[in-house]
Amino acid sequence: MTGTDPHDVPRPDARLHFGVFFQGVNHWTIWSDPASGSQIDPASFRKVAQTAERGLFDAFFLGDGLRLRETDGHIHDLDVAGRPDSLAQLAALAAVTHRIGLVSTSNTTFNEPGDLAHRLASLDLLSGGRAGWNVVTTDNAWTGANFRRGGFLDHADRYTRAEEFLKVARAIWDGWAEGAVTDSVEARSWSVPGTIGRVRAAGAQFDVDLVPALPRSAQGHPVIFQAGDSPDGRDFAARNADVIFSAHGRDFDDALGFAEDIRRRLRAAGRPEDALRILPATEIVIGATEKEAEEKARWVRLEQVTPATALAVASRLWNLDLSERDADGPLPAEDPVVEENTGAFGSARIADPRGVVAEWRARAEANGWSLRETVIELGPQRGHVGTAAGLAEKFARWVRHGALDGFNISPYLIPDGLDDIVDLLVPELQERGAYRTAYTGTTLREHLELPPLA
Amino acid sequence: MPHPALHLAVEIDGDGAHPAAWRRAAHAPGELLTPRRTAQVAAVAENAGFTLVTLDDSVLPPASAAVGGPAGRIGAVERAAFIAASTSVIGVAPVLATTYAEPFHVSTRIASLDHVSVGRAGWVLGVEESAEAARAWGRPRVEGEPALRREALDGLQVARDLWDSWEDDAVIRSVATSRYLDRERLHYVDFEGETYSVKGPAIVPRPPQGRPVVLAPAGLVPPGLVDVALVEGSSPAVLGEAAAASGAPLAFAELEVALDTPGETAAERIADLDRFAAWDEGAGRPPGRLRYTGSAQGLADLLEELSAVVDGVRLHPLVLDEDLAVLSRLVLPELFVRRIAARPLPGTTLRTTLGLPRPESRFATTASASATAASATTPATTREGNR
Ligand SMILES: Cc1cc2nc3c(=O)[nH]c(=O)nc-3n(C[C@H](O)[C@H](O)[C@H](O)COP(=O)(O)O)c2cc1C
Repeated sequence: MTGTDPHDVPRPDARLHFGVFFQGVNHWTIWSDPASGSQIDPASFRKVAQTAERGLFDAFFLGDGLRLRETDGHIHDLDVAGRPDSLAQLAALAAVTHRIGLVSTSNTTFNEPGDLAHRLASLDLLSGGRAGWNVVTTDNAWTGANFRRGGFLDHADRYTRAEEFLKVARAIWDGWAEGAVTDSVEARSWSVPGTIGRVRAAGAQFDVDLVPALPRSAQGHPVIFQAGDSPDGRDFAARNADVIFSAHGRDFDDALGFAEDIRRRLRAAGRPEDALRILPATEIVIGATEKEAEEKARWVRLEQVTPATALAVASRLWNLDLSERDADGPLPAEDPVVEENTGAFGSARIADPRGVVAEWRARAEANGWSLRETVIELGPQRGHVGTAAGLAEKFARWVRHGALDGFNISPYLIPDGLDDIVDLLVPELQERGAYRTAYTGTTLREHLELPPLA
Repeated sequence: MPHPALHLAVEIDGDGAHPAAWRRAAHAPGELLTPRRTAQVAAVAENAGFTLVTLDDSVLPPASAAVGGPAGRIGAVERAAFIAASTSVIGVAPVLATTYAEPFHVSTRIASLDHVSVGRAGWVLGVEESAEAARAWGRPRVEGEPALRREALDGLQVARDLWDSWEDDAVIRSVATSRYLDRERLHYVDFEGETYSVKGPAIVPRPPQGRPVVLAPAGLVPPGLVDVALVEGSSPAVLGEAAAASGAPLAFAELEVALDTPGETAAERIADLDRFAAWDEGAGRPPGRLRYTGSAQGLADLLEELSAVVDGVRLHPLVLDEDLAVLSRLVLPELFVRRIAARPLPGTTLRTTLGLPRPESRFATTASASATAASATTPATTREGNR
C-alpha cells in the first residue's frame, strides 16, 4: 500500500523502535536445530545483545518466571527452560555493550521495593542510564510456593500492589538531590548534608522506611515497561508506564485499535498521547522472495509445533491429557473441560475454550487439517513473514499510521536469530527513513524518544 | 610436601576499609558509583593475581555514611556480575544476606552469577542485624542471635537445595522424544523450615560449579555447609586456632592492611585519615581483627607466617587506590616468587582454584552421577553449548 497521500498519514516522520526479547520459556524458541545454541551460556546472551546493538535496537529484554512451568502436575519438559536472574544477567551485559537498553522483567508481588528498586538503580548506574523495568504481577499461590509468604495476594490487589510498589521505587530513585556527592576531599562529609532524603511509605501493601543508597542515573531512573492486557493492566500502563510491551502486533486493525484504546486511557489519566511507546511482541521470518519466506516460516512452525507440542497445546485448550493422542490425526472428539484449575501453570489462560474448540473444528474440517496442522494454523500466531523490503514497507506504514511504535522481536533461534533482521530488514527500514541510522543518545529514555524526567 | 598455597582474596567495597578512604582515592568522590570505577578496581585486582574479590552489601547505606564516608553503594550482586563480564579469571563473591531476602531469589542470583562468570562465583553469607534493615525491607524484625542464625541457615539450605534441583544433565535436547528437559532429573526441593517452605525446583539450571563457593563468618552456620570459614583474631596464633576450630574445608583469615607507599609511611596515611574519622570506631569495624601496618616486605613475611596456619586471607586495604597498587607491585609478586601463593589459571573455576571438589547434586541418580564424575571439571554450560 505505497503511494498513500502523505497528508493522510498522521505521523509521516515516525521511526520504528526495536527491542529484542530473549525468551526463557515457550515453544517459539527452536532448540532442536543444529544451529540452535545454549539458552544459558553467557556467550548466547552476549551474542544476541551485541547483534541487537549493531542493529541500533533500543533495548534487550529478559522475561521472568518464578516457577518452572507445569503440565498435568509435571514439569513441562518440551520447551526451552532455565534462565538466569535478569538483573544479574543484564548487569553482566552492561559491561560488554555500550548503547543498548537493558530491560528486566521483575515481578512486584514476590519482591520488596527497597531491595528491587536498589537493584534496578544499580543496573541503571552500571549501564550509564540504560536500564528498564518491565513491571509484571502475579497473584497465584502456585508461584507463591517458592516464597516466604506463599500466595498471599488476591488477584484484585495485584495491580494495587504494583502501583504502590512503583510509587515507593520512584521515591527511592529520587531520594538523592542533584549534586549530593561533594567534589572536595576536604569537605565535612562525602554526601552534602541535606541532599539525601528518607523514604517513608506506609500503605495497604508496604510499610517501608529507608535511606536510598544511590544517586539518579544519567536518565533519571529506569524506564518503566508494562506487559498486561486486561483493562486493569492497560489503565495501570496508561497511568504509570513509558512503554507497553503489547500482544497486538500481528494485525493492523487490531494494533491500531489497541493503540487508540491506550491513547484514550492516556488522555483519561491526564497524560499526553505520545507519552508512551507501544512495542508489540513479534517474530519475524525473512526470505529472499515471498515464496522462500513462506517456506521458511513453514519450517519454523514445524520445528516450533512438534507433534508433542501440538498435543500439549491441545491439552491446555481442552483441559484434558491428550499426550497419548495422534497429533497427525483428527481433533479430539471430546468437548473441552471448563473449570478453574487446569493443571497447567505458567501459561496464559484461555478465555473461552468451548468457542475456540468449535472454531478449530469447523476450520479443520473445512481444510482437512490434522490436529498438528490446526495448532500451527490456528494456535497463537506469531508475527510477520516476508521479504525484507516488503516487511519494511509494511512496518513503515504501520508506524506512520500510529498503530505501534516498533516491535519487541523474539528470535526463533538463539543466538543467531537476529542476524538477518539486523543485516537485511534494518537497512531497508533505514532507506525508507523509518529507522535510525545511528544512536543519537546514550540512555534508553533517549533511544525511545521519551521526554526527560523532571 | 610443598607449602599449601595461600589463597588471596581482597574486599573491594567502597574506597577502602577506612571510612575516610574516599579522601585519598585517586578519583573524584562522585566517581565511586560508576561503571568505570567498578571495572577499574576489578581489573587491578585481577592483574595483581588475586584469586577472589569480595563485595560488601546491605539493604542499608554503607556504615561509613555514619561518619561522613560514602553514603552510596551499587548492589553487590549486580556489581559482581558486571565485574565477571569485564574480567576473565578472578573469582567474584558478593555479600548477600538471607535475613529478609527471599531465599529463592538469593539462590537464583548466586547461581546466575556462576553462569555469567562461567564458574567463578562465590557467596559471602551475610546477616542483617539491625532494626533499620527490617524497616528498609518493610518486614517484621528478625531479632536475637538464634533467629538470625536460623534465617542464615534456612536460606543457605534452600539455596543449596535449589542449586542441586537440576541435575547436571537435566537439559537433554532429545529430538527423538521432543524433550528439552529430562524431568526425572529435575527435583522439587520441598524445603520445610520453621518459618517458611520452598517448593522448587530452581528456575535456573545447575551452576557450572555445581554449587558456588560459600564463604561465611566462622560459627554462623554449621561448617559442613560452607566452603570457606572467615576467621578473625588478633595474632597468627589466634587465627590458627580459629581456623582449626572452624571445621570448614578452608579457613581464610580476615586481615586489615595499610602499606607504606613511595611517598608516605602506612602510619602517616592512617594518621591523615584518622583526622576525619577513626579507623577503630564506628563503621561497623569488628574488634579483634588482625591489622598489619608497614612495609610490603613485612606483609609478605606475615602472610608467609599465616600460610602455615590458614588456607587463605581476605585483605581489607586501607585505601584501595593506594594499597592495591602496592599489593600488586610488591606484595603479590613476592608471594609468587616465594611460592606461597599462585595466580588463578585461566579457564578454571573458583572451586578448582581453591582445590575444592565439585559437589554432586544431592538428588543425583546413579546414572547421572557417574556422568558428572566423568566431566567434573567441565562447566555444565560448556557441555551444553557444545552439545
Ligand atoms: C508480551 C507480554 C509479555 C509478558 N512477559 C511476562 C513475563 O516475562 N513474566 C511474567 O511474569 N509475566 C509476563 N507477562 C504477563 C503480564 O505481566 C500479566 O501478568 C498478564 O498479561 C496478565 O495480566 P493482565 O490480566 O493485565 O493481562 C507478559 C505479558 C505480555 C502481554
